[in-house]
Amino acid sequence: MNRLQSTSDFQTWQAAMAASWDETRPCLRVCDGTGCRALGSQKVLENLRAELARTNQDTPIEVVGTGCPGFCECGPLVTVYPQRISYQKVKPEDVSAIVQKTLIGGEVIQELLYTDPQTGKHIHLEPELPFYQKQKRFVLDFNGRIDPTRIEDYVALGGYTSLVKALTKLTPEQVVAEVKTSGLRGRGGAGFQAGVKWELCRKNVQKTGIGYIICNADEGDPGAFMDRSVVEGNPHLLLEGMIIGAYAIGIEQGFVYIRAEYPLAVENLRIAIRQAEEAGLLGTNILGSGFDFNLGIRLGAGAFVCGEETALMASIEGRIGEPRPRPPYPAESGLWGKPTNINNVETWANVPMIIAMSGLEYAKIGTEKSKGTKIFSVVGKINNTGLVEVPMGITLREIIYDIGGGIPNGKSFKAAQLGGPSGGCVPAEHLDVPIDYESLNALGAIMGSGGMVVTDEDTCMVDFARYFMTFIQEESCGKCVPCRVGTKAMVATLERICAGEGLPGDVDYLLEMGEHVRNNSLCGLGQTAPNSVLSSIRYFRSEYDAHIFDKTCPAKVCKGLISYSIDPEICNGCMVCLRNCTSNAISGARREVHTINPRLCTRCGVCMNVCKFDAVVVA
Amino acid sequence: MIHLMIDDKPIEITEGRSLLEACRENGIDIPTLCYHPALEPYGGCRLCMVELFQPPRKSRLVAACVYPCEEGLVVKTHSEMVLQSRRLTVELLLASAYNSPDIIALADQVGVGEVRFKLPEENNCILCGLCVRACKEITNISAISVIQRGMAKKVSTPFQVASSRCISCGTCVLICPTGAFKLSDVIGVRSDVPGEPPYLRRYYRVGSEIDLRPNFVQDVALLLGRKRDTE
Repeated sequence: MNRLQSTSDFQTWQAAMAASWDETRPCLRVCDGTGCRALGSQKVLENLRAELARTNQDTPIEVVGTGCPGFCECGPLVTVYPQRISYQKVKPEDVSAIVQKTLIGGEVIQELLYTDPQTGKHIHLEPELPFYQKQKRFVLDFNGRIDPTRIEDYVALGGYTSLVKALTKLTPEQVVAEVKTSGLRGRGGAGFQAGVKWELCRKNVQKTGIGYIICNADEGDPGAFMDRSVVEGNPHLLLEGMIIGAYAIGIEQGFVYIRAEYPLAVENLRIAIRQAEEAGLLGTNILGSGFDFNLGIRLGAGAFVCGEETALMASIEGRIGEPRPRPPYPAESGLWGKPTNINNVETWANVPMIIAMSGLEYAKIGTEKSKGTKIFSVVGKINNTGLVEVPMGITLREIIYDIGGGIPNGKSFKAAQLGGPSGGCVPAEHLDVPIDYESLNALGAIMGSGGMVVTDEDTCMVDFARYFMTFIQEESCGKCVPCRVGTKAMVATLERICAGEGLPGDVDYLLEMGEHVRNNSLCGLGQTAPNSVLSSIRYFRSEYDAHIFDKTCPAKVCKGLISYSIDPEICNGCMVCLRNCTSNAISGARREVHTINPRLCTRCGVCMNVCKFDAVVVA
Repeated sequence: MIHLMIDDKPIEITEGRSLLEACRENGIDIPTLCYHPALEPYGGCRLCMVELFQPPRKSRLVAACVYPCEEGLVVKTHSEMVLQSRRLTVELLLASAYNSPDIIALADQVGVGEVRFKLPEENNCILCGLCVRACKEITNISAISVIQRGMAKKVSTPFQVASSRCISCGTCVLICPTGAFKLSDVIGVRSDVPGEPPYLRRYYRVGSEIDLRPNFVQDVALLLGRKRDTE
């Protein structure tokens, strides 16, 4: 396309794009995010295109691969427009039925619809799915609707109008003021006021004349994929936010630091940057305004600590990804010693909306101190695994039961780990806590970047804390002593407790060392490292005591504290467990009661899973 | 001039100095391991933690070597919080450097009782980074660096191969606070490969791991020759 020379050029282009956008036309939108791809969405897309080419319709039916709409549990997702019939768990072989029955015959395929687990009713249309009912989708609005590799789709739905508004109607100071008024807080974890940070950086940039902005897309918490889905599904939203930010702060060069383990996100981001440059929305003299801004991509090489802002900057500079002490803060001296403003993907992605609706309007969403919406990736022991965007102030119960569909197999909820390994767990008694920065902090958890790992009664909280602590310990950069050795000491203690060798005093040691690591570590990684252990001790101390004093694991998880046996009353000698045992620990003959040799048993639990008669018991 | 209060004592200092410098210039003793006045501060050993009071915020620990003096700061260097922090940090250092006389002396000084956690492998290198910074900032050579992360972190040469950058100046050995860097002067050692001509070499080691040989070219030639022979 031709480079747009002015904002009126843009408006003409946008009007044309908007006119050609028609969601009442028949169209098949298939989620082509990483989650659905893993479940085979690309084959579905391929088959759909082939099937449509074969049937040779009079009116061509479009097939669009979109970004992740969030309902990952039921992927691959196919939505039939214009009705918005939502098909889920679509297999490549279902494709011809979709084309023949639904597109040609106008009939809804019942088997592919979502079934409400409570009522047992089929739900036909996407907007009626309970998963979407309580969500407030701002950042994720276009995910699932547009093709992320087409700038035209984004523009047709009103994309880049906030940028035009900022460039034509607002001064940089006014943009900063709008963001300040909106009360937007950093979505990466700490929750610092974005507008305040921008203002500070702007002041320093005016002194030095040069500065940088960075998007932190080095999302690394286990079970978190908010940023990935935004970059994959709607990269132009991030670009627009960053361009507006650069204009407000007075920056000419920005970077997106994104982990190399997100190949699709990197690919879509590259395409988006190229398209924006070609359209004149990035580069020199953006839309004829005289404002220049260039954006580069820097790939992270797999170090969790590089999500910490000072380590991230060191990594961009080509140095070892180690944090450095603050002050000076990046707003004062950041990348190459220049004032730098770092925000997370979701923070930048909120900016276009703030400019579009005004800071005051934005501030009406959410709670007194936490404004706007927040995306959570809800994973673990939950029915509807996926990505949800909710207004701040919603309760944890609503997310887990109304949106998430509750806990599978009728089990009971135990706790939710919020904020990944740096966060803490929120137990059942606090399910009605409103989701905002302060309330979560008060409970010993954090908002973090939005990872939410749900556990049920079958999860051992000691083992759970051990998992997160091990993760953090392996990701510690090793620069400072408390984080390098202290986390190792904590992991060793937890491993001992899980192995049944816990000693009285171990919990006190964990508390003492946890406190030490938190207070003495150099960077945010170390300062939050013990959170998962400290919060699980706070709410589930009885489980620790059971491991240490009674030598039992209440959830029957820790291998050193459990044993499997076969109930002779129930066992009918079918030999299934015997054949499946990986360590030949089960003996017996057909129609004879089997027995497990505890010395050979590795407590893998396979026998229990394969037994059709529930004869295997764990104690 | 900047005015601050350290251990209830008013102190004046020029701008741009660290809390540690302010303390040392005023006769307040703070233990350090990774600090050296000739080098950029690092903030890694966390021994110089002091308690900083900034009401209404809760008081917190900051590393004195990297925290800049600011007007009106109130700092305590020997509060219970600080002493506890030092004891635990030295206890953690003893987890691997349990036979280092320097660390043991430090443990006595700060009052470490029992060492509750020990690593299976002894290692006197506490990753204070002094050798690496000295090699870079004093000699301007940068033959060594820290590599890997976390518990696997260690001082080594790029790609862990013999470095031709090392000039055998020995600064790293002199600056090492725990004696982990040993000058193994092995002039006269013969090549361990039978039948090959003996050649002279000197090298420095961390523990027994790396080998910074200055005669890199000669080594490569030898290696290549050896490979050809075995083929």
